[in-house]
Amino acid sequence: MARRYALRGIALGYLVLVLLGPLSMVFWRVYAEGIDKAWVAITDPDTIHAFRLTLLVTAIAVPLNTVFGIVCGLAIVRRRFPGKGLVNAFVDLPLALSPVVVGLSLFLLYGRTGWFGPWLQQHGVQILFATPSIVLVTMFVSVPFVVREVVPTLRELGDTEEQAARTLGANGLQTFFRITLPAIRWAVIYGVILTTARCLGEYGAVAVVSGSIQGKTETATLRVQEEYENLNMAGAYGIALVLAAIGLVVLALMLRFRPKEESA
Amino acid sequence: MTYLGVVVALPIAALVWSSRSGGVSGSFWDAITNPEAVAALKLTLAVAALAALTNAVLGTVTAWVLVRDDFRGKALVNAVIDLPFALPTIVAGLVVLALYGPYSPIGVHLAFTRAAIWLALLFVTLPFVVRTVQPVLLELDTEMEEAARSLGASERTVFFRIVFPSILPGILSGVTMAFARAVGEIGAVTIISGNQPYRTEVASVFILNRSQAGDPGGAAAVAVVLLAISFVVLLAVGALRHRATRYERG
Repeated sequence: MARRYALRGIALGYLVLVLLGPLSMVFWRVYAEGIDKAWVAITDPDTIHAFRLTLLVTAIAVPLNTVFGIVCGLAIVRRRFPGKGLVNAFVDLPLALSPVVVGLSLFLLYGRTGWFGPWLQQHGVQILFATPSIVLVTMFVSVPFVVREVVPTLRELGDTEEQAARTLGANGLQTFFRITLPAIRWAVIYGVILTTARCLGEYGAVAVVSGSIQGKTETATLRVQEEYENLNMAGAYGIALVLAAIGLVVLALMLRFRPKEESA
Repeated sequence: MTYLGVVVALPIAALVWSSRSGGVSGSFWDAITNPEAVAALKLTLAVAALAALTNAVLGTVTAWVLVRDDFRGKALVNAVIDLPFALPTIVAGLVVLALYGPYSPIGVHLAFTRAAIWLALLFVTLPFVVRTVQPVLLELDTEMEEAARSLGASERTVFFRIVFPSILPGILSGVTMAFARAVGEIGAVTIISGNQPYRTEVASVFILNRSQAGDPGGAAAVAVVLLAISFVVLLAVGALRHRATRYERG
């Protein structure tokens, strides 16, 4: 019995010291620094623009990665094609790779001396230090989530129902929308939630490519960093509080939609 | 697949290509042996390894408690584990600073030290080991443990001879993913570390600083090292997964 309480104590103590303790501080700091000052920072036009930009980028990246995730998941599970191992590896890469490296890669690809840089400059297309680059890096870092949720579900599902639909004369699209998609919809939803969380919270990759221009290319997470560097702690914690609140909503959604086999 | 090519593969190719031309000082080799870059890489690997190992032990204990123990509020504790996945990392860094920084209510002042980097990394990597060990423990049959116990094995023997071998692959793949995440982390670290070159500047911050200072070559050299680490990590996890499922595949 003593051993059991000791282990419980260690586990809970660890969680409190590393996760819950720090998190509860965000509320305390906002209160201590002054709620009115935090409110000023949150309602600052540049902050509002930053949140708008973050939402816009998320609204573009999430649907694209959802469609890609489903198509790619289907290809990985149902088809055989040359280079499948490579595709698998590249899908997982963003999970193991530093977001800064992702940002730098795009920086080098679209920068002045990059492969596409000169051509883009001639045609007056601005990618770096503008919204397109933020969208591109965000897409990069959030590629794996839908794929990784869809693949195991498709595997478990098998393809007997799909074959049955085909033999009854359904075409590819009908089979997909009537049979496959309904069967994997929870996995897709869970993947979308994870993708959204990642898009909203991305910092490192965006920091490299966006240039952090206030009121233009500054996202919500960059705004936190900016306020911190300007020693406006009330502002930094205020905006962090908004982001943390969004994070808690996301966490609640994750719990609601978590696939059964993963829950305890 | 074109999507994957344009979004993921093409930028990576550009990175590897650029790193060959090296930093402002010349070749790839000069850029990578730059003392500041070496110091940043060493620090990153050391702190990331330490954070991963801490999680190996405490993450396993947490998973154990979540599966085998029972107490009020366990469901809530289980839910909290995923918090780092839902929270922006910059927020993670800021809140760790709030508890262990200059305004700490508990009087612990670790800001701008290496210990602070370790704490921030623990925050962001906490779920990995717990979430890989937990499902294995759940499926583990307790009959074998009971058999061992009835044959007179001590709790310690039961754990190390019966349970531990079964959950080891889970621990290893969780630790490897946590390590990869810790090596690449920037958001949580940048605020709390102070980013002092040679002391608290990690590799990802070094890359960001160099690219903003107009030395993309120098940044690319270190970035390629991180890229190589990522590939090794993915290979390792792939191999572990392969081993873990070999009986199922027959």
